[in-house]
Amino acid sequence: MPGQTLFQKLWDAHVVHVEPDGTSLLYIDRHLVHEVTSPQAFEGLKLAHRTPRRVDAAVAVPDHNVPTTDRSQGIADPVSRLQVETLDANCAEFGIREFKMNDVRQGIVHVIGPEEGLTLPGMTVVCGDSHTSTHGAFGALAFGIGTSEVEHVLATQCLWQKPSKTMLVKVEGQLGRGVTAKDVALAVIGRIGTAGGTGYALEFGGSAIRGLSMEGRMTLCNMAIEAGARAGMVAVDETTIEYVRGRPFSPVGEAWDKAVAWWKTLHSDADAVFDQVVELDAAAIEPQVTWGTSPEMVTTVHGRVPDPAAAPSEVKRHDWTRALDYMGLAAGTPIERIAIDKVFIGSCTNSRIEDLREAAAVVRGRKKSASVKLAMVVPGSGLVKQQAEAEGLDKVFLEAGFEWREPGCSMCLAMNADRLEPGERCASTSNRNFEGRQGQGGRTHLVSPAMAAAAGIAGHFVDVRHF
Amino acid sequence: MQAFTSHHGLVVPLDRANVDTDAIIPKQFLKSIKRAGFGPNLFDEWRYLDHGEPGMDPASRQPNPEFVLNFPRYQGASILLARDNFGCGSSREHAPWALEDYGIRAIIAPSFADIFYNNCFKNGILPIVLDAGVVDRLFRECEAAEGYRLAIDLAAQTVTTPAGEVLAFEVDAGRKHRLINGLDDIGLTLLQSDKIKAYEERRKIEAPWLFV
Ligand code: SF4
Repeated sequence: MPGQTLFQKLWDAHVVHVEPDGTSLLYIDRHLVHEVTSPQAFEGLKLAHRTPRRVDAAVAVPDHNVPTTDRSQGIADPVSRLQVETLDANCAEFGIREFKMNDVRQGIVHVIGPEEGLTLPGMTVVCGDSHTSTHGAFGALAFGIGTSEVEHVLATQCLWQKPSKTMLVKVEGQLGRGVTAKDVALAVIGRIGTAGGTGYALEFGGSAIRGLSMEGRMTLCNMAIEAGARAGMVAVDETTIEYVRGRPFSPVGEAWDKAVAWWKTLHSDADAVFDQVVELDAAAIEPQVTWGTSPEMVTTVHGRVPDPAAAPSEVKRHDWTRALDYMGLAAGTPIERIAIDKVFIGSCTNSRIEDLREAAAVVRGRKKSASVKLAMVVPGSGLVKQQAEAEGLDKVFLEAGFEWREPGCSMCLAMNADRLEPGERCASTSNRNFEGRQGQGGRTHLVSPAMAAAAGIAGHFVDVRHF
Repeated sequence: MQAFTSHHGLVVPLDRANVDTDAIIPKQFLKSIKRAGFGPNLFDEWRYLDHGEPGMDPASRQPNPEFVLNFPRYQGASILLARDNFGCGSSREHAPWALEDYGIRAIIAPSFADIFYNNCFKNGILPIVLDAGVVDRLFRECEAAEGYRLAIDLAAQTVTTPAGEVLAFEVDAGRKHRLINGLDDIGLTLLQSDKIKAYEERRKIEAPWLFV
């Protein structure tokens, strides 16, 4: 019998019951909750006179609607405010732990889970948010769910699932200087497409992945959903265990030793068989920049905006034409000639301390281009912000003319006041370049934090390796 | 949940691949704490020329005459014909809520994004996967003939075209059963309470750090 994949190990450890057709009732260890996808779930629970099965397994935080400027006056937009207040009220009513807006531990749900040790190896982690795949970086099975399932997990601590197919994305070799996990993520999506991972759980492996920090692994798993996969994961190793050690909610003492012993088994066996394997050469990956309205519309910083006439299919030609029209770009334009209006460094993809360090290293001692209207840095959590300030990164950004904000989702999806105006072009470290994602009519180019920072200084995309 | 057994309805073709949930229902409408009322804002940025915000009276809006949902011939459509990877992006269930509120009962596409596909079943919408070549043909037939309607039979797992052609589709047995009977998932799961409890007792010993 062949060995098991990491996915199989995680799956088997959580099966409560199996139906004859293979549909399984899966136990959920950690349920992360935020204000946007939970109100209707709590309402459903109340209407059915049900109560949460295990409040200790849930943790809530408001992140999408919170302002990134001064919070002492609360939230100005009454609709946003009501949503955050509804979360507060629901958590208070049911006794769910919440990091409220003015708590220093508040931040983007996918940043604070790992930061607090609420995300641990071997867990099943769900959240009413597609980027829950982020937590798979810890050797956890983590995926996004809809609001009906949020209600289902609250009521039963379980979900009905069918096992996914498995795909190994193997990146061997050494990443070049200035090439980051974000570039790997975009290169993978460029290769397999935004639907390439549909129906699969992705495991990222190979020496380049083992060489990544936990921040880098989170960036990569975060974008698994952009490749169509609900879950992305990386095997547990010393890097994982060292990151988890000593976090506020991490186990201690005997429990820690017991946990580590189990965690060390959380990797695919050498002879495990995957349904699909995709291989990438780390050394060949260059800094990536998206040019269109889907993350798969991506090329390298030395590439050009493609010509729809060269598209591989009729449907794609149609999509590319539409994307270029929306993006205001002409076919053949070199990426480095694309001028930008705004820079956004943040989001659950790239707002951790390492991301901010990389961006700060680029802007240090330089000034934002006069042609760039706004360059904003939004830390992923209050604790990331605190850490960055302790290292003086805020000063580096401020001196360069970048803005330093309060933590939250911010201009990743523009549910709060941070957004692009129609036609504005943004170098963004977030994960989605969909039409209108950062504001109606806004044009998003996805890049790494260092590339976004460099674009903010130059006023257009540049190769950060020669910057 | 609304049960789905069979449905005969007008088809509207949305000829774009990778239609994401931000396009289905833009984020400003996600601020609602209600489950209903998203229909007028389905595909808001494509459907209207003016910028939509929550609470606006749909009658005061400027419809985009070039967007397919606004074509007179597709008014009252209840079946959406779509391209690859429909519903990609966020997990927001507001997307199926908006489709359902608008009156869409079924979506036919060559492929769907996983979370969206799953969310449809929880809201009485049937997502149907058909071969890309077949979908392509349905697009052509639908665009050629005004009043193009399809008949969907979930029990038999078939779609029947106006010409009488019968197309079979796959659907997971459990999901089909729940959709046909309009069953509440939570109620079904609670029937397994003993097993959930037994699992928890075992895990408390194996992995006590998960219960603090
Ligand atoms: S940062 Fe962006 S992608 Fe991440 S949870 Fe917030 S809105 Fe979603």
